Amino acid sequence: MFGLDKKDTGLLLIVAALVAFAPILLNPFPEGSALAQFNAGYPDLMQRFVIFGIFAIGFNILFGLTGYLSFGHAAFLGVGSYAGVWMLKLLTINVIPAIIMSTVVAGLFSILIGYISLRRSGIYFSILTLAFAQMSFALAASVLTPITGGETGLQTGLNDPRIFPEFLGGGATSGGNIPAPELFGLEMRASYELSVGGWLWTFNAGYYVCAIIMLVAFYISIRIFRSPFGMMLRAIKSNQRRLNYTGLNTKPYMLACFVISGMYAGLAGGLMVSMDPLAGAERMQWTASGEVVLMTILGGVGTLIGPVLGAGMIKYFENIFSKINDNLLHQWFAFMPDGMEDFVVAIIHPFIGKGWHLTLGLMFMLVVIFLPGGLVEGGQRLGSVFKRKKKADSSIHSSTAN
Amino acid sequence: MGILEVKGVNKRFGGLQALGDVNLNVAENSVHAIIGPNGAGKSTLLNCLVGMLIPDSGTVTFQGESVLGRNPHEINQMGISRVFQTPEIFSDLNVLENVMIPCFAKRDGAFELNAWGAVRGQADIRDMAEQILIDVNMQDKRHVNAASLSRGDKRRLEMAMCLVQQPKLLLLDEPTAGMARADTNNTIDLLKEIKDSRDITMAIIEHDMHVVFSLAERITVLAQGTPLVEETPENIKGHPKVREAYLGEAQV
Repeated sequence: MFGLDKKDTGLLLIVAALVAFAPILLNPFPEGSALAQFNAGYPDLMQRFVIFGIFAIGFNILFGLTGYLSFGHAAFLGVGSYAGVWMLKLLTINVIPAIIMSTVVAGLFSILIGYISLRRSGIYFSILTLAFAQMSFALAASVLTPITGGETGLQTGLNDPRIFPEFLGGGATSGGNIPAPELFGLEMRASYELSVGGWLWTFNAGYYVCAIIMLVAFYISIRIFRSPFGMMLRAIKSNQRRLNYTGLNTKPYMLACFVISGMYAGLAGGLMVSMDPLAGAERMQWTASGEVVLMTILGGVGTLIGPVLGAGMIKYFENIFSKINDNLLHQWFAFMPDGMEDFVVAIIHPFIGKGWHLTLGLMFMLVVIFLPGGLVEGGQRLGSVFKRKKKADSSIHSSTAN
Repeated sequence: MGILEVKGVNKRFGGLQALGDVNLNVAENSVHAIIGPNGAGKSTLLNCLVGMLIPDSGTVTFQGESVLGRNPHEINQMGISRVFQTPEIFSDLNVLENVMIPCFAKRDGAFELNAWGAVRGQADIRDMAEQILIDVNMQDKRHVNAASLSRGDKRRLEMAMCLVQQPKLLLLDEPTAGMARADTNNTIDLLKEIKDSRDITMAIIEHDMHVVFSLAERITVLAQGTPLVEETPENIKGHPKVREAYLGEAQV
């Protein structure tokens, strides 16, 4: 189906199903229960899951296939964001031009950065991309303030021109409010809440727009992985010298890959501002570039689904663990004797709230040491354990790369 | 006129004259061996031929066209393929994929952005790859990961990758280095077979005289960056200059 083989089609359908039912799957605990804290099925977070999923899928096309570690991918995310907000300001509050232009502008920007950075490989390439991203960040925060809004950031306002006709989302503001981004009248923040038993499920328009685009992005990445182009990129990772002496010019392959990857990042940036029309310079900072590296490695470098898992994992921790505070811990451990309760809370304290980075860091270390293939490898090992139990006498070959 | 002509090539690395006024003429469809003691400049010469190094002066022409200043992939597309001293293959890919990549290079040229069509849909590429694997007798290993091949099979695979492109000139840098005798003999047989079945010229750098004398039609002896003699194998064996270069002194 869709020009994919059986296995890939299966994977795509599973991801589609998971994404479609995410509002239900991510809210496993009834509203008001003690564990409702761990529910992740609210629109804001779900949007972030899929948007960072797109970002990581794109990053993985570069890093996973060619092994070139870009440390400046957040620059494309930021450029995409700014381009998106400008479209929302100048053309229309409809998100389609914003999403398209953010991808295009990030693509053009990545041609420039890629052309220069790809003159080197290995650590020098990483440093060059890092330098460009930090330069972009510094410029966006200072000199380019008229375009980027400087440190306060760029956002939609009351006096934006929005030159498109009114039925396409253009025109001045109605009722004195800043209009919210929409898709042909459907506001991105519009939600439908469904309450079943104790559960509350929120189906958000913006999430589903992002989710559909994420599925398309995921599908395109599968096509790239399975194409001759993808094979050349893997050959570059494996032995660039041999590829050169095989009569293939590696430079255009690398540049094309870098630009595709940059466009994914721009698309993610465009979706971010389509959900929340505010773009700040900190989005381009090196920590943001580092985060997508972590996502990809955590999920599984060079695997199809890994980056999405990694992105989900990190965003989940960022939003859920960071919200647990001492009061909550005291509630949970209230059954213990007083002294012991304080002791346990004191032990756990550094790992929660603002300390969620510590938890994430430890988890990252464990994954890198014990599961170099990331969460995907963990899944494969679990899978093969179950298979072995089923038919203990037949030999097992663990499946590769998905 | 030879298929490959090297005229007056010089190359210095700092204070070391790696190549001094090298002239070499490789005749079409011949096997030409370049021998010499360690440090004689054999590999430097080869690197100058494939675009890895640019000589300080002199000319290198292939079929009448200069190769100097061209990129390695351009030189390859002109019809020169190179086998490295340690086999250079795509060790993360399997044998079939390894051979398919040069098939793409042969069909589509140096760059083709085909990011949409699936690899498994390329029937002609697959046929081409399967055929070459049959030619080098590796068809039963097509799904083996290239990294897990034996040294001899890696070499065989590398040659298969070069042959897919039907090069006019095949450069071999110590093709049997580090091989057991059986593997060496297999490689010699393979090279003979390639030589007999194709329209191909070979230039071989080799230390193993058994290989040189089994294959070569002409032999050039390099010493300290300069060609000493160019002769047929029969005349090389007892040549006084060659003995001098290898043994370090002339016999009185």
